[in-house]
Amino acid sequence: MTQLQDVKGGTRAPLTPWKKKKKKEEVFPGVRSLNGRWGHLFVAPFMIMFLIFGLAPVIYSVYISFFRWDPLGGSEFSGLRNFSLLLADSDFWLAIRNTFSIWALSTFPQMLMAIGLAVILRNTRLKGKSFWRTILLVPNITSVIAITIVFGQLFGRDFGIINGILDFFGLNRHIDFIEGVIPSHIAIATMITWRWVGYNTLIFLASMLAIPDELFESASVDGATKWQQFRFVTLPQLKNTITFVLIVGTIGGLQVFAEPQQLAADGGSSKQFLTLTLFLYNQAFVNNKYGYAAAIGIMITFIVLIISTINFFITRKISNDGTR
Amino acid sequence: MKTKTPRWRKTSPLSYFLLATITFLSIFPFYWMFVVSSNTNAEISKSPPSLIPGGRFLIVAKKVMSAEGVFFSNALLNTFIVGIAIALAQVMFSAVAGFAFAKLNFRGRKSFILFVVGTMMLPSQLGIIPLFMLVKNLRLIDSLLGLIVPALVTAFGVFWMRQIIDAQIPNELLEAASIDGASVPRIFISIVLPIIRQSSFVLGLFAFLAAWNDYLWPTIILQSPRHFTLQVALTQLKPMYGLDYALQMGGAFLATAPLLILFIFVGRRLVSGVMDGAVKG
Repeated sequence: MTQLQDVKGGTRAPLTPWKKKKKKEEVFPGVRSLNGRWGHLFVAPFMIMFLIFGLAPVIYSVYISFFRWDPLGGSEFSGLRNFSLLLADSDFWLAIRNTFSIWALSTFPQMLMAIGLAVILRNTRLKGKSFWRTILLVPNITSVIAITIVFGQLFGRDFGIINGILDFFGLNRHIDFIEGVIPSHIAIATMITWRWVGYNTLIFLASMLAIPDELFESASVDGATKWQQFRFVTLPQLKNTITFVLIVGTIGGLQVFAEPQQLAADGGSSKQFLTLTLFLYNQAFVNNKYGYAAAIGIMITFIVLIISTINFFITRKISNDGTR
Repeated sequence: MKTKTPRWRKTSPLSYFLLATITFLSIFPFYWMFVVSSNTNAEISKSPPSLIPGGRFLIVAKKVMSAEGVFFSNALLNTFIVGIAIALAQVMFSAVAGFAFAKLNFRGRKSFILFVVGTMMLPSQLGIIPLFMLVKNLRLIDSLLGLIVPALVTAFGVFWMRQIIDAQIPNELLEAASIDGASVPRIFISIVLPIIRQSSFVLGLFAFLAAWNDYLWPTIILQSPRHFTLQVALTQLKPMYGLDYALQMGGAFLATAPLLILFIFVGRRLVSGVMDGAVKG
């Protein structure tokens, strides 16, 4: 904010952060002989559309979160009331619990599987590389709704194959993957994992391929086992990718909506799989509480920012320890 | 101990076994959609269930297409229109803006980029209520335009294109052209666009797939069944017919089959698109 004011106020302050940035712009990587004036014209269509449909709604969302806003009736300023109501709403905390449980159950197994598969695919002697890579991406192009329909059937209590397999191994329990809290989270997490594990494998593979072969060779000559090679050569090189996948996974995890909504639109009989985005959707478009729903959106954003920051520091710490 | 293959390079049979397992798990749900939709409910509900396709798929497909109040073929067409429109628009807007961000020196260039990348961190549901109000005020509710217009530009697309143009087009090439007297629009059309054709296609594919599979936004703004996209139409196959697995799965299969066919042709390109976009190191 202060930076913007400095620009408007002219060249008054000589050493503001803005000024520093302007100096950095001196090292411009593009083409000097091209007339830069075209730049504004070229970015204008994008910027205008982006401001209208991307940024303005976000800002307006903050605004309406301070109101009791009913699309049919009027709106009334209510200060921070939406937020205090939200913090006292047991459904909100239930949604946080469910969202995080599903997030953890999908993110960590997914991460381990993706890194493991990427290690396999990194092997230069592997046959059919291109085939395996392509197959891995197939689940990712499938729609969430189709996935939910198939997995909903596979996870069925009475006739589902998954219970059938458990039965075969003597675990004759007939697990109810909809009514049970943890079982329902496992079912949803499985759908997410199935869809994203191959995609993340390719992301990890890309960053592993950037590690020069010589590093593995010299580690091997020094007598490092496969595990040691992975721990001390591969893993430290993956820190940015791990951060990236975790942050993208967190944003995605907080957006889980279609799977629970398809299993039960209200999030289940005891709201056992009511997620934050389903909660937001229901408050906004079923109960018509726009202000309240906007407040939920803002809380989701805060959670994303907090987790991204934590992720960043943890992965940095781990990889620093790893290189030592 | 001395073998031709260095130890770190050896592939164990376990690797192939794991890859085969993953392949099986990736394909099975599609196969299962077909099995369920081509068998009777009784065949599927018995223990153990039938694991091979039956002969009823065409009957079920016909039932899906003619299901009352669902308009499945409309949905197929709607989804195609929306997907293609969004893909074309995103490629166009992203290429133009991405080129400027990568190669043109203009005031505020760097702050614009930082700003765009910064907003990519925001979860999309943050602005969804005002976006709904906006689209409603524009009278685009319950129309395909209401799906297309908000998706014409994305921060991701512009950022991606910027990286691509930065990496694929050497500055010297553009410098030479400008010394020969070509204007910036001319350079963009006759030099930049032909070079980034392949990458544009990949970006368009991503946009198309995302539009095809989107559910949250269509379910918010579409009201009449004739305007539904496939994903919304699929959900309509459920409540009206109780637990008719065959019908639902037939719908899911028909909604996915076009993408699978597309994938056969473009799968490899998508793979390299995903890997090119990854953070290295």
